[in-house]
Amino acid sequence: MFNFDFVKPSTIADAVAAMAQDGAQALSGGQTLTPTMKQRLASPSVLVSLTGIAEMKGVCLGADGLSIGGATTHATVAAEARAHYPALADLAANIGDPMVRNRGTIGGSVANNDPAACYPSAVLASGAVVVTNKRKIAADDYFQGMFSTALDEGEFITGVTFPVPEKAAYVKFNQPASRFALTGVFVAKYASGVRVAVTGASNNGVFRWTEAEAALSASFSAAAVEGLTVSADDLITDLHGTAAYRANLVKVLTKRAVAGAK
Amino acid sequence: MTKVTMTVNGKSVSAEVEGRTLLSAFLREGLALTGTHIGCDTTQCGACTVHVDGKAVKSCAVFALDVDGADVRTIEGMANADGSLSVIQQAFQDHHGLQCGFCTPGMVMASAALLADNPKPTEAEVRHHLEGNICRCTGYHNIVKAVLAASGQDVPAVAAE
Repeated sequence: MFNFDFVKPSTIADAVAAMAQDGAQALSGGQTLTPTMKQRLASPSVLVSLTGIAEMKGVCLGADGLSIGGATTHATVAAEARAHYPALADLAANIGDPMVRNRGTIGGSVANNDPAACYPSAVLASGAVVVTNKRKIAADDYFQGMFSTALDEGEFITGVTFPVPEKAAYVKFNQPASRFALTGVFVAKYASGVRVAVTGASNNGVFRWTEAEAALSASFSAAAVEGLTVSADDLITDLHGTAAYRANLVKVLTKRAVAGAK
Repeated sequence: MTKVTMTVNGKSVSAEVEGRTLLSAFLREGLALTGTHIGCDTTQCGACTVHVDGKAVKSCAVFALDVDGADVRTIEGMANADGSLSVIQQAFQDHHGLQCGFCTPGMVMASAALLADNPKPTEAEVRHHLEGNICRCTGYHNIVKAVLAASGQDVPAVAAE
């Protein structure tokens, strides 16, 4: 990979200053960015590691929900979110493999918005708030298509706050080589209604399956989505599965998530 | 070039490195600790697994400067103080948990991290934990047996027999 200057600030304020430099790129766990740089698909001139910022790490239950620092690893979320939001802990516990979970972070995953990543579905299904160094962004406004988000140049995620649902579950159908979601569905039931978010399936990245949300808000049972069909339009076709296959998976996984919600 | 300092297998080391220097390159080329293998260089195979502050990580996806000050352990630091094989290493030998041996350093480091957290894993837990380590020789059965044996459990008969 091309060389770059490496900086590792210890406060958000110092990270903001470092990110203002020309060609600066935030680095979190680096489990996607490092391979991307090796392939020269990214070549920042300054790499700003966010892993040394104590105020961006940890899991904390507050009045607005469960707040997770942007630089918190998947392994930490799997361990520390379990008592408060078990479905989110389960999701984190099954991302990638143990080594990936020891480095990869929630902020990095949500900032990258890989169309097959697990975390975006939890953020969208929970109606979570993405907190950055500048502002708070509602999940519905944050995700803007494959690898595309509302983040501006130089802006980085300092944390994500999840309203805690009454019950929820995430079920993914693994792509066994990459362990990304071939398709994954996160169902979250709140007093105000049910939200269903789908990852791995759409050319536009994570999306809400609103028909299922309406049906499940009326009756929270796997049978409630039985009569619905998922359009294969704009779903991903690749060597692992066709759009029609993924459309079927969306429904199957939604039913499994509803049945397994806790 | 920037100075990096870390503890590797109990010894303090420091060197001048570039921003792009990966931990795997620092260990192999800087310290001549070539037991850490680079299999894929795309963060998938796990052969480069080492421990950073007690956690297993893929050293080909970590920049040396990002672990400045850390306590790093590699396969060279796994043997007992008298040079004899550790329990996990011996179990890999006893149960034929390797053939070509290329993945073995990563397998041993990942297994050691598992047993530190979960001293008596089930077979399913061992398989789940080793998902990030690819072996193209053994078909995994004997690796799983080795890890179970290293945990002091009776090893099950395996499907491959």
